[in-house]
Amino acid sequence: MSREYTPKVITANHLMLGDAIWLTEDDTWSRDIARAELLTDEAHADMRMLFAKGQPQIAVGPYLAEAEQGALGPVPVHLREVFRTRGPSNRDHGKQVDGAI
Amino acid sequence: MYHYSDFDEAFVRTRVDQFRDQVARRIDGSLTEDEFKPLRLMNGLYLQLHAYMLRVAIPYGTLNSRQMRQLALIAARWDKGYGHFTTRQNIQFNWPKLADVPDILDALADVDMHAIQTSGNTIRNVTADHFAGAAADEIADPRPFAELLRQWSTDHPEFQFLPRKFKIAITGAAADRAVIAAHDIGLQVIERDGALGFRVLVGGGLGRTPMIGKVVHDFLPQSDLLPYIEAIVSVWNLLGRRDNKYKARIKITVHEHGIDEIARLAEQRFSEIRPGFSGVDQQVLRDIEAQFAAPDFETKPMDCFHAAYDADPVFRSWVDINVSAHKRDDHAIVSISLKKPGATPGDATAAQMDVMAALAEGFGHDELRISHEQNVILPHVARADLPAIHAALKDADLASANIGLISDIIACPGMDYCALATARSIPVAQEIATRFEELKLEHEVGPLKIKISGCINACGHHHVGHIGILGLDRAGVENYQITLGGDGTEDAVIGTRAGPGFAYDEIVPAIERLIQAYLGLREDASETFLQTYRRTGIAPFKAALYPEKENARAA
Ligand code: SF4
Repeated sequence: MSREYTPKVITANHLMLGDAIWLTEDDTWSRDIARAELLTDEAHADMRMLFAKGQPQIAVGPYLAEAEQGALGPVPVHLREVFRTRGPSNRDHGKQVDGAI
Repeated sequence: MYHYSDFDEAFVRTRVDQFRDQVARRIDGSLTEDEFKPLRLMNGLYLQLHAYMLRVAIPYGTLNSRQMRQLALIAARWDKGYGHFTTRQNIQFNWPKLADVPDILDALADVDMHAIQTSGNTIRNVTADHFAGAAADEIADPRPFAELLRQWSTDHPEFQFLPRKFKIAITGAAADRAVIAAHDIGLQVIERDGALGFRVLVGGGLGRTPMIGKVVHDFLPQSDLLPYIEAIVSVWNLLGRRDNKYKARIKITVHEHGIDEIARLAEQRFSEIRPGFSGVDQQVLRDIEAQFAAPDFETKPMDCFHAAYDADPVFRSWVDINVSAHKRDDHAIVSISLKKPGATPGDATAAQMDVMAALAEGFGHDELRISHEQNVILPHVARADLPAIHAALKDADLASANIGLISDIIACPGMDYCALATARSIPVAQEIATRFEELKLEHEVGPLKIKISGCINACGHHHVGHIGILGLDRAGVENYQITLGGDGTEDAVIGTRAGPGFAYDEIVPAIERLIQAYLGLREDASETFLQTYRRTGIAPFKAALYPEKENARAA
């Protein structure tokens, strides 16, 4: 029996802008983690990673990052991932002002 | 100041054209990221948490006003209106878009600048004393040697795939303002029997395994500089541990083989390659030296300086704290603080860069320096002009009088920007500076160096801070380890870890307890934090940091 799988999302940096993006269920990339596909099964996650790696014109360096189901969709678990959803804390730049469109 | 030769110009332009083509091919899909990544890193382009980051070299920390204005223009046109000066005398732009980077590199080439070898396993930007050419205590201006090293190391065919990065720092004074002992190679210009040469340190470095460099040569004749450095790098290139990136730096090679063996191998290699250096390098050096000739200093009446100094306490305090002795009595070195309490250490807006450029042009023989402590220096100003300079800095919000004090904190970008970070460092610096501003204790505390890194890589030099702070990730939560008693000067010492780390909201109170302990322990106001620490040892500071433990022991 397989161990319980910690839920994850697939995230990467956008090729042109370099900002954080997340893979959605409908094979697109979103700047909003809440719209990401939450992966709860390891085999499925592996499949989705294969898809993500096949999108080099959009997504640079895709990886699996732990996430949880929140009220509006997946939310990050690790601090680093939290920062990627909003931007630096010393200046109002990044997603916290540009919006997670 | 050095100006690009036709060769430099052609080399840098060719590189920009190549990179423009590489970016186009990455965007149209002909290059994969795996193929493109080493190419972008060779040109200083990183991918960070929120965006690309372009790291531009400021060789040996020297800029003229035109170059500073161009950095301002880049910040305004292609970034978000500011730049971040780093401990490596580089400037980092935090928000460039991939498609714009070739244009940015072209704009840099327009003013004799580039981002080559600011990343990757190569010889990096050679750093130097930021008071070079101006300091009262200097034997010789180290920058011509640094420029010679830049030319020699740029695209050096033997050294493009080193085991790891390689950093060289140089000072021309006995007082070490360039932290040479924390570099792979540290060079100090010295004089013996009327001839110039170098004391050569090797194997220093911070990071995971901090080490102070060891003397490998106590007097290297000036004309042997390139062959000897080439010999050292070449010995390490073969011996260096390519199997483990944490053991690949030369400090580990020196540690594993011993300094005597490294010295022996370097001598051996040196004798093989020395004949190949026919003296052309020394001719090149003489040409470079001519470009670093001291400016024509002017003698100006000092009355208005004295009047302002006597009448204006704010000006007086700024002069006392931010102005250093110049080799000419009627001149001074001005340190412009990029550490206004609450601001991000090392950040300057485009408008501030323009102001600093104008000051250099108007009052400073067109010279600016970036210090590894993330401040900007006007190295040659007449004392008579200090009141006008101070007034202009006040208008630009650049007149903080805090150089070398508790709010003059080095902080790396940390988790706010850096993809390698384990914790934030900028907000910790901001909060410490703001707290001591509120307490009005800064001047009472006196000279104190706090240095903060957001991960073990130690870009914030925390090991050599009198108080060092290292941000770690403990089970997903930021945790800050304190080291005490570090020193980055000619008496370089790696700080000692004080004990268990502190949570984000505990770190500022912990620093406050340390400072209160120091104020209670010092013999008088002239005894600095570091002196007190050296006299008393770590025990009373530990007691202040961990009062619960003390109480438990007492109970
Ligand atoms: S010390 Fe770590 S977090 Fe800070 S800039 Fe260096 S690599 Fe990034």
